[in-house]
Amino acid sequence: MRHFAALLLLVLPLAGLAGDGAARYAGLPGGRFQSALKYEDAKDGVRIKPFALMRRPVTNAEFLDFVTRLPQWQRNHVAGVFAEARYLSHWESPTRLGPAALPEQPVVWVSWFAANAYCESVGARLPTWSEWEYAAAADETRKDARKDPAWRERILAWYSRPSNQALPRAGLQTANAWGVQDLHGLVWEWTDDYSSLLVSGDNRNQGDADKAKFCGAGALSMDDRENYAVLMRVAMLSSLEGANTTANLGFRCARSAR
Amino acid sequence: MKQVTRLLALAVVAALALAGCSSGKPDNADTDASQATAGDGETGGSRKGDFGPPQGAPVKAVLTSPPQVPPATGRTAPAKVIVELDVVEKEMPISEGVTYTFWTFGGTVPGSFIRVRQGDTVEFHLRNMPESKMPHNIDLHGVTGPGGGAASSFTAPGHSSRFTFKALNAGLYVYHCATAPVGMHVANGMYGLILIEPPQGMPPVDKEFYVMQGDFYTTGKYREKGHQPFDMEKAIEEHPTYVLFNGSEGALTGDKALATRVGDTVRMYVGNGGPNLVSSFHVIGEIFDKVWYEGGTKFQENVQTTLIPAGGAAMMEFHMEVPGSYVLVDHSIFRAFNKGALAILKAEGADNKAIYSGKEVDYVYLGDRAQPNMQAVATAAASAKAGDLSVEEQINAGKALFAGTCSTCHQPEGQGMEGVFPPLAKSDYIAGDTKRVPTAILHGLVGPVKVNGKDYDSNMPPMNQLTDDEVANIATYVLNSWGNPGGRVTKAEAAAIRQQKPSNASGGH
Repeated sequence: MRHFAALLLLVLPLAGLAGDGAARYAGLPGGRFQSALKYEDAKDGVRIKPFALMRRPVTNAEFLDFVTRLPQWQRNHVAGVFAEARYLSHWESPTRLGPAALPEQPVVWVSWFAANAYCESVGARLPTWSEWEYAAAADETRKDARKDPAWRERILAWYSRPSNQALPRAGLQTANAWGVQDLHGLVWEWTDDYSSLLVSGDNRNQGDADKAKFCGAGALSMDDRENYAVLMRVAMLSSLEGANTTANLGFRCARSAR
Repeated sequence: MKQVTRLLALAVVAALALAGCSSGKPDNADTDASQATAGDGETGGSRKGDFGPPQGAPVKAVLTSPPQVPPATGRTAPAKVIVELDVVEKEMPISEGVTYTFWTFGGTVPGSFIRVRQGDTVEFHLRNMPESKMPHNIDLHGVTGPGGGAASSFTAPGHSSRFTFKALNAGLYVYHCATAPVGMHVANGMYGLILIEPPQGMPPVDKEFYVMQGDFYTTGKYREKGHQPFDMEKAIEEHPTYVLFNGSEGALTGDKALATRVGDTVRMYVGNGGPNLVSSFHVIGEIFDKVWYEGGTKFQENVQTTLIPAGGAAMMEFHMEVPGSYVLVDHSIFRAFNKGALAILKAEGADNKAIYSGKEVDYVYLGDRAQPNMQAVATAAASAKAGDLSVEEQINAGKALFAGTCSTCHQPEGQGMEGVFPPLAKSDYIAGDTKRVPTAILHGLVGPVKVNGKDYDSNMPPMNQLTDDEVANIATYVLNSWGNPGGRVTKAEAAAIRQQKPSNASGGH
């Protein structure tokens, strides 16, 4: 454990973090990663460069700060193509959170465009699907816990609970082996390349894949069909369009190493 | 009436076409033509299911929760029908004290029943509730087109999708969610039935019910209390924890039993959502007068149990003659009694003793070896094998065997039955020659015989189904009971007697 912490210290400078970086981000070393998706061109695994990932999803308070700095992202100003009508609809007003959106809760009802703009505004970007999947493959002690049925069961249990109750605050769960919290069990999260996860709306077309979706490698198929826990997240992301917002979809940001 | 004319016209055209086609084969021409005109041939399926564009104002479909069925459409022309179906993820009881997170079409398992008419144009709105965790879609087996609408209806939480299809084939069809992972969406209850009525409608009946079977997989055991999550491993292994009608144990029992009356004609629309199991659907105490097997156009008559595949359906019709509770089961029977596949159809009304009497008499019946103490027999057998069989053991084993085989006629205490079966108790016939006992057992006894001063015209059949051991033990028991002289018959003696047939032996039955 101590050894691992030392490794992190080595990695963090690589990520080239500024200001709030060290506290807010965890450094991940990257490397070859076997995705649950079947990438034809990466049979030995996808290559992930060192990067830093926010330890927690972005909260209402943080997002309020963002729309205060950049008013064009307030719900009464945002362009319709960037966010549907329900964007931040749970806030009391365009610039006040109110009782339905506590400061420490993860922000939801945000479009991909708004999430992307937020990350840009803090000198970051949205994580790629591969980065997200790599970070989320860990549990509290293992960097890749995906073969453990208990890992899957925990995640599936969260999927099976409807989103009709108030969200817990961000950062409540124990960090995973990378020092990242809440990747599972709190909210869905946008990824930078979510729209390349072209899983067919009809899951049974896998034997007759739409070759026109070839450039979206996620369209090809799942490599690990038993890994429903990952598959469902891909399905969720692929049902969305960039302006969509939902009651349980938030995001966090990433930064590349220099 | 217009429809009938139209159908006749179609039949004539079909007959002409068939005759024309087969003109090169004169042998078959007559048969084909007569079949087509007889009206019992094919209905034409999707090729003859398009009755043209929708007429009149659009109609909003009436959707019903199970076990209710929407009223007949009552239409004679194709219409545009608007169906609005909500996807709701919710926690509901799956058994008493056990809850499960179901994903539903319309808030129930199975989902809302949809009823349209062949030829209708259906504008389908799938609305995924904002509270939903997952995206969902719908595949209607009654849709002609890839995916049955699935790819056109992939809907994120808080969104709604619309697609339109023409219902070309009449029949009863399953619908279900086909979003990844399909199996989990189905296992969570995302299925229901759509009835596409034939142009002339379904024959009228008194009661219609909507019942749908499904198998469920929980991490806890059957009836283990509390909230139970979905168990993917069990689902892949196809080992359901529950097999249920209408989504929960007790959904159709007790106060919620399906209610009908004597004299009613009942029709059930029964689907099987799976995801895995095939159903052997049966109603205990009723015979289906008609089964539109596989939910299709033709019916079979007088059926006891009908097979409903996963992702399939059937309609069945029967007339209620006698009141009482009729149990609906999956006759793959452990599912009914150990996994919950059980529902009740309750018929009220007057008895009809001519058709079913109810219980008339309760009487004792002791068949062969009704309740022998087979332990004694086993002990004797073991001792015989070891070569240290005692008289006591023989008597005990013989007593058990006597109770099954012999006591029916000679009576439990060997007292016999006057004028019919001679007594074995204190018998001077036995005392005269103890070998008579094994001989009578093995060869029977026919003709007049005097026992204790009374005449019997005996007709005892040989009991040669008994082994030499058993004969020896029974005979030893008889010799040592009820004041008889005692003694012992060995297995070897019994074997020897079996070889010699006396003159008064029975020829058997």
